[in-house]
Amino acid sequence: MFDLRDHVIPQAAHFHPQGLRFCSDQAGRPPPLVKSFTIALSEAPCGTIVPANRVPAMESTAITPVHAAYDSKIEGNIIFTRVDAAINWMRKNSLWPMPMGLACCAIELMATASSRFDISRFGMEVMRFSPRQADVMIVAGTVTYKMALAVKRVWDQMPEPKWCIAMGACASSGGMYRSYAVLQGIDQLIPVDVYISGCPPRPEALIEGLMKLQEKIDAEHSTGEQKRTFFEENA
Amino acid sequence: MSAVLENDLPALRETLGTGILSENEFRGENTLNVSLEALPKALAFCKEKLNYELLLDISSLDHFGEDPRFEMVYELASLDDTRHLRLKAKVSEDESVPTAIHLWKAADWHEREVWDMMGIPFSGHPDLRRILMWEGYPYFPLRKDFPLAGRPTDMPDVAFSGVAPLEGGPFVTAPGREGGAKREPRARHQE
Repeated sequence: MFDLRDHVIPQAAHFHPQGLRFCSDQAGRPPPLVKSFTIALSEAPCGTIVPANRVPAMESTAITPVHAAYDSKIEGNIIFTRVDAAINWMRKNSLWPMPMGLACCAIELMATASSRFDISRFGMEVMRFSPRQADVMIVAGTVTYKMALAVKRVWDQMPEPKWCIAMGACASSGGMYRSYAVLQGIDQLIPVDVYISGCPPRPEALIEGLMKLQEKIDAEHSTGEQKRTFFEENA
Repeated sequence: MSAVLENDLPALRETLGTGILSENEFRGENTLNVSLEALPKALAFCKEKLNYELLLDISSLDHFGEDPRFEMVYELASLDDTRHLRLKAKVSEDESVPTAIHLWKAADWHEREVWDMMGIPFSGHPDLRRILMWEGYPYFPLRKDFPLAGRPTDMPDVAFSGVAPLEGGPFVTAPGREGGAKREPRARHQE
């Protein structure tokens, strides 16, 4: 769950009725890597500004930071957080799966997508069968050697950032099929982020695997590449 | 059921004569072993005169070490499911079997599967290519001299296959130990 209290820097309650506002740091330079989000992001906290026509909902001192739930009527449509945290939050809460449903695990994938074990709660009900529009490929089922070619092609067509979940025993390691026709685990072809065991795994297990993937995405350093480029260009 | 078959078998015996090598009956299932030369005539007679409209299955056996090595099995049935007949014919390694496509369209993919898995060629088949393995796979997997684990192949632009690990691992479970967690399959250290 994304908890704003973990990310909001409490000293910097900033109200702006007009919405988008870039916050400059102490030296007055614009913040780096600010993209056109509808929330203002900054790498460094700004000074506190109290508008004249509103009573600040949060008054905090250096000793006792105020943690409060985000209320858009009070705080406006601006929150403060780090770019990485925001990007990771957006990515993990809107993972669009590319269901590579090959065998019986696909039935459990369908069950997870339907109403009883709803993955729409996580924003993942959008099963994009076009790899160009998907984020995570859920390989659900036995991968035969003949099909492995198609799976690899579909994986290559997915744009970055992309993740892969090997659902079930067959996708993780070949399962019970130790034979001439079955690829012994899809990780021989593509990099897998989460392995889910089970034959087939229960929908709850698939959901837990997706949540583990969400935790993994949360820990990613999403802007690392861009920072490196920025510092190389400007340093 | 077999009463109806009482009419078919004498008709077949009369038509094929020495083409029938042996007959077999087991719990209501009737099997005719015919020679490869008599097989197309037998199939045509069954379809056209005896009205076996359904070809249920075409299968093959590998008698590794015997000559002739292979055996074809045709399962025929009538549309009202009252009559079933099995025709078997032995085939050697260098012989090809005449196709049954002109009689039953279902023979198309069955014969492709027999070709793919066993390597028995069919003469007269319009499109004899592999159906389960990919084009260019060099082996016939269901032959007796092909191991279950497979042999490594490599076709870089199409597909690849490796040898599957059988009982040796890599994931093994240890029965008899206490607790379900300890019995979970763990990756064994691979030599």
